[in-house]
Amino acid sequence: MIKQISLFLENKKGRLAHVCRAMGEEGINIRALSIADSTDFGVLRLIVDDPQKAEAQLKERGFLVTITDVIGIKVADRPGGLAAALDLLETADVSVEYMYAFLGKCGDRAMVILRLNDAAKGLEVLKRYGIEIMEESEAYNF
Amino acid sequence: MIWNEHAECMPREDLEALQLRRLQELVVRVYHNVPFYRKKLQAVGYEPGDITSLKDIEELPFTTKQDLRDNYPFDMFAVPMSEVVRVHASSGTTGKPTVVGYTRRDLDIWAEVTARCLYMANTDRKGVIQIAYGYGLFTGGLGLHYGAEKVGASVIPMSGGNTEKQLMLMEDFGSTTLACTPSYALHLVESLEKSGKDRSKFKLKYGIFGAEPWSERMRKQIEDRWGIKAYDIYGLSEIMGPGVACDCDVRNGLHINEDHFYPEIIHPETGAALPRGEKGELVFTTFTKEAFPLIRYRTRDITTLHDEPCACGRTTVRMEKITGRSDDMIIVRGVNVFPTQVESVLLEFGETAPHYQLIVEREGTLDKLTIEVELSPALFSDTVTELSHLERRIFHRVDSVLGISADIKLVEPFSIPRSEGKSKRVIDKRVL
Ligand SMILES: [Zn+2]
Repeated sequence: MIKQISLFLENKKGRLAHVCRAMGEEGINIRALSIADSTDFGVLRLIVDDPQKAEAQLKERGFLVTITDVIGIKVADRPGGLAAALDLLETADVSVEYMYAFLGKCGDRAMVILRLNDAAKGLEVLKRYGIEIMEESEAYNF
Repeated sequence: MIWNEHAECMPREDLEALQLRRLQELVVRVYHNVPFYRKKLQAVGYEPGDITSLKDIEELPFTTKQDLRDNYPFDMFAVPMSEVVRVHASSGTTGKPTVVGYTRRDLDIWAEVTARCLYMANTDRKGVIQIAYGYGLFTGGLGLHYGAEKVGASVIPMSGGNTEKQLMLMEDFGSTTLACTPSYALHLVESLEKSGKDRSKFKLKYGIFGAEPWSERMRKQIEDRWGIKAYDIYGLSEIMGPGVACDCDVRNGLHINEDHFYPEIIHPETGAALPRGEKGELVFTTFTKEAFPLIRYRTRDITTLHDEPCACGRTTVRMEKITGRSDDMIIVRGVNVFPTQVESVLLEFGETAPHYQLIVEREGTLDKLTIEVELSPALFSDTVTELSHLERRIFHRVDSVLGISADIKLVEPFSIPRSEGKSKRVIDKRVL
């Protein structure tokens, strides 16, 4: 499983920049990110090249951080490529809590991060039907 | 176990007759011996002898913490210093401390009332009591000390701090009762758990904890982790120190030693006396104290009194666990709101209450209450849906417990300013 950094952020000016600056100062590379927000707060999710270091450094700066296990898949970079994978999960009754894509692609494949309510079952289904799963190291060093 | 059946189980008519007699004597005594009280009584047109029923106490003026400050250090004493055998002082948050004095007889009565509390907490001559309240100007240590000697327990006068040594001697001396603040009791058990010591080598069975407000949830935590029974002892140095009240095994409130300390509940805003069973500010009159008598002293503590008979056999009135301080009370849309109520709601969501702050604003003619809650790692989940759900759950609990709808706002850790480790609970931005 890929270790994702999840961060709680208030919707206040400069908080997001603060996170990015901290990562820069520590020489940590951000591979993928997504933000979900409500009116008052947001959750920032990051895939970085060194999740342990990122977690420790952000905690030290007073951020509320946890590490969440997520799955990465590689799908054909063409219309309907992702839909095939999602259909499989839906049929297997595994729901996607959230998902987001990597910037750029790997060969002819697009890279997508998924957070599933049942990761074990989801992985099994995806593998069974030949969806390519990202290795941890691939995600960090993409 | 009841230490003084005669005093603690007296029929209520007899108790009230005794209280009236003591009140009449008290008013005469302070009128003649303390210029402060004489002036105050004269101002409301009271002469000694005007008291003919207990209810007449409601006509007497209140005494406040400010009065004690104004009469610093000894001007409220009702006896010459040659009669005073001990003084204690409580540290004020600003400036000079509040000074209290005791005659020989005051100390005897203090030991007597504390002995009653120790019996409620199952501590007698067979007990070994470790007193980890501070000894010194603070009333906690010495207050418990003489009560414990009076019941004949073996006293270990540890005073506060030095956790490692506390645990070592507790194990080696076989302490059966621990007396300290509830937060220190938790700290001790945390250190014990970390130390790898074997709990079964300890003989501790009871704890008598006080000097700070604590919740039922905290009591359960202490009892579960220590494997002891924990009792709540109440007192404040102005009134006497520990020993004013304590809870018995029935656990339906703290029995007040009413033959010495007369409790009333008043409305914190209007000062009107409230009937039994209603919640308000606790006020005490000390019937028997010689050196430093107090008439209708406003404790600022919020509680409710009950005088139905208790299953333990005592007839004295019971006060509920303190739920808040009237200093902190805010009124929002006509509802009295205590920060401690918010705290108890937040405790339902995790092991420890997160930091929080109440912000009151006025929008047009309406008051708006916002409760900011610092999100903790235990409460953090990385989907917005779940965090919004958490906000809604807190909203509903606040609504049902406090009877008020408040905006709940989750904020980042350490974003609420702290002063000396404590955060400021209430920000009132209303311009009235
Ligand atoms: Zn009782």
